[in-house]
Amino acid sequence: MTALSPARFKEQAAAALKDAPLQRALGNMRVGFIEKRRKAAEKLPEFEDLRDQGVAIKNHTLAHLDLYLEAWEKKVVEGGGHVHWARDAEEARQIVLGICRSAEARTVTKGKSMIGEEMHLNPFLEANGIEPVETDLGEYIIQLRHETPSHIIAPAIHVNKEQVADAFREHHTGLPPDRPLDEGPDLLAEARTQLRDRFIAADVGITGANFLVAETGSSIIVTNEGNGDLTQTLPRVHIVLASLEKVVPTLEDATTLMRLLARSATGQEMSVYTTVSTGPRRDGDPDGPEEYHVVLLDNGRSALYGTEFQEVFRCIRCGACLNHCPVYGAIGGHAYGTVYPGPIGKVLSPALMGIDKAGALPNASSFCGRCEEVCPMRIPLPKLMRHWREAEFSGKHNPAPVRWGLGLWAWAVRRPALYRFGARFAIAGMAFLGRKRGHLRSLPLAGGWTAHRNLPAPQGGVFHDLWRKQRKRR
Amino acid sequence: MLAPPTASAAESPTVALFVTCLVDLFRPSVGFAAAKLLEQSGCRVEVPSAQACCGQPGYNSGDRRSAQAIAKGVIAAFEGYDYVVAPSGSCGGMIAKHYPELFADDPAWRPRAEALAAKTHELLAFLVDVRGMTAIESRLEAVCTYHDSCSSLREMKVQAQPRRLLQSVEGLALRELDTPEVCCGFGGAFCVKYPDISNAMVADKTADITATGADTVLAGDLGCLMNIAGKLSREGSAIRAWHVAEVLAGVEAPPIAQTGALEPAR
Repeated sequence: MTALSPARFKEQAAAALKDAPLQRALGNMRVGFIEKRRKAAEKLPEFEDLRDQGVAIKNHTLAHLDLYLEAWEKKVVEGGGHVHWARDAEEARQIVLGICRSAEARTVTKGKSMIGEEMHLNPFLEANGIEPVETDLGEYIIQLRHETPSHIIAPAIHVNKEQVADAFREHHTGLPPDRPLDEGPDLLAEARTQLRDRFIAADVGITGANFLVAETGSSIIVTNEGNGDLTQTLPRVHIVLASLEKVVPTLEDATTLMRLLARSATGQEMSVYTTVSTGPRRDGDPDGPEEYHVVLLDNGRSALYGTEFQEVFRCIRCGACLNHCPVYGAIGGHAYGTVYPGPIGKVLSPALMGIDKAGALPNASSFCGRCEEVCPMRIPLPKLMRHWREAEFSGKHNPAPVRWGLGLWAWAVRRPALYRFGARFAIAGMAFLGRKRGHLRSLPLAGGWTAHRNLPAPQGGVFHDLWRKQRKRR
Repeated sequence: MLAPPTASAAESPTVALFVTCLVDLFRPSVGFAAAKLLEQSGCRVEVPSAQACCGQPGYNSGDRRSAQAIAKGVIAAFEGYDYVVAPSGSCGGMIAKHYPELFADDPAWRPRAEALAAKTHELLAFLVDVRGMTAIESRLEAVCTYHDSCSSLREMKVQAQPRRLLQSVEGLALRELDTPEVCCGFGGAFCVKYPDISNAMVADKTADITATGADTVLAGDLGCLMNIAGKLSREGSAIRAWHVAEVLAGVEAPPIAQTGALEPAR
């Protein structure tokens, strides 16, 4: 399989549109998430106020980010934990490897972490002789299938049930080959049995963080399977992977954001498990890890502070923008070729990898605005995509014909009389060609349009000319 | 938001019609329908000739400087009227929502952009919300469905207004789409830059339209309509497409992408 890349977005999208199992999986997704979020928001009269509160919490935190990060770090260290600041993915990988090596780890269990994906951690650990085991069911499924997540909260949303059964039969050897795996509960039971031993055997547990709390030095994760708890409490060492913008001032702030998170993500009032970790096991604690580490990844983020893109750091990774995006709904997550797909990915990816590499993504939007409408943190995603298009244009990263075409168009449009003079001929020609059917089936230079739809023929005549004529007659 | 109109303006304000480039070139009948409706609502209509496009294609392609240059031309041509009205949420939204943003850092042009933005309206919202129109005398034998353009719906808050006026059209029944808030896949240059994705979106939209059993689809933005009607036509569908203004003003032209009869195909 060729590695997915945003540079091949168009080809990947075209392939996704022809991928029948993927289309089936996406069809199921589109209805579910949207309806659940709508109902959850409707049931909470103060939902819109809550969104405003959430925005205010994040804006305040971002305005004083240095202060809150330092306060948080101080608390972590006071509680016996370790904080590791990583400039980029490579630094973060080396830090994690160092911790695993000193723990003499052979296997690590992993809760779901998008920062882990940003670090490309799994292949790196494998290459260094350490076996990572994903414990979130979706992540586990795609690990067996050698895939990356296609959605930030539902990593295996692109996989149908039958495909999961196939993956289980292939990898869970030693079980009766004809065992029933048709229903969700069958699959769940088998995954649970397989994972149980892995939880107990793991030397290190790695999780992400939904929030870091400055007040207490805690990290918080929310899950629906409880796998995160087992990942972080059973092994001797717990590593949290997080990024700078995850910090919030207080536990109460975190709970406000959690009320928005679950409703926007899955339509739940609350996730099934909310796990707060505050440092390693203390004297007298019945369980918990002996070591607690947080790796804090920058990876290009701090360069965005103070720019027009700063608003993207309000994101709480609920995935609502993906669920409501018609482009994501059409092609799924892998076609984007980036860690973060969908509208949030279109804004975040150019920051993480450069607009010259990810330029296709912020362009691939009809600017329908539904992402902004449902974003609990009111991130103006279309506006930020437009800013990336501006960065691309002013950096001359888009193709020369596009730039010349735009230049010519803008030049003409600023001269309405001249523009209309030219338009009269073009319109007359098209109207003539389309006079019998009312439309054209093909037209030179309009293949992008006519490949899939007919071009409605102009009625003939330019409105401005016809208007003047009509007014003269009056 | 809206500056209070002067006494004479309140009785018979002068509206500058922002025709939009698509209506100008492809479907002048929408422009005439819009002018007729505005006159019926008691306005005097003028069409400044110094207009071609609102600049949105440049703006959304990242060519901010071209968009600013075009916007300056539009501001100068339109700022002298009581109101600016466009038969499009997209072009109306460009002027009303994005012009002020375009000149956010320009002390000379920002106030002019903001003043123009405050008196710029989408046609249906203007007729109902500003002019208080509640019914219309018009007739069309049709089972219609209505497509909300994203910019009308989200930027210009147009949703109830066209439906309210359509209710008074004799012979017309309205059936809502299953997912009226979903984009049709037009998106300006998006539909030709990413034709395959756009096609998947418009195919979903035409399937939704067809499933309503309607024989006619209406909308307030010609871009969406050309996309939808072009797809329906390619699919061999007989479903007719008109701009909502045409139906409210009394249909005088064949449906978009079709020829001939104004009666529904049976």
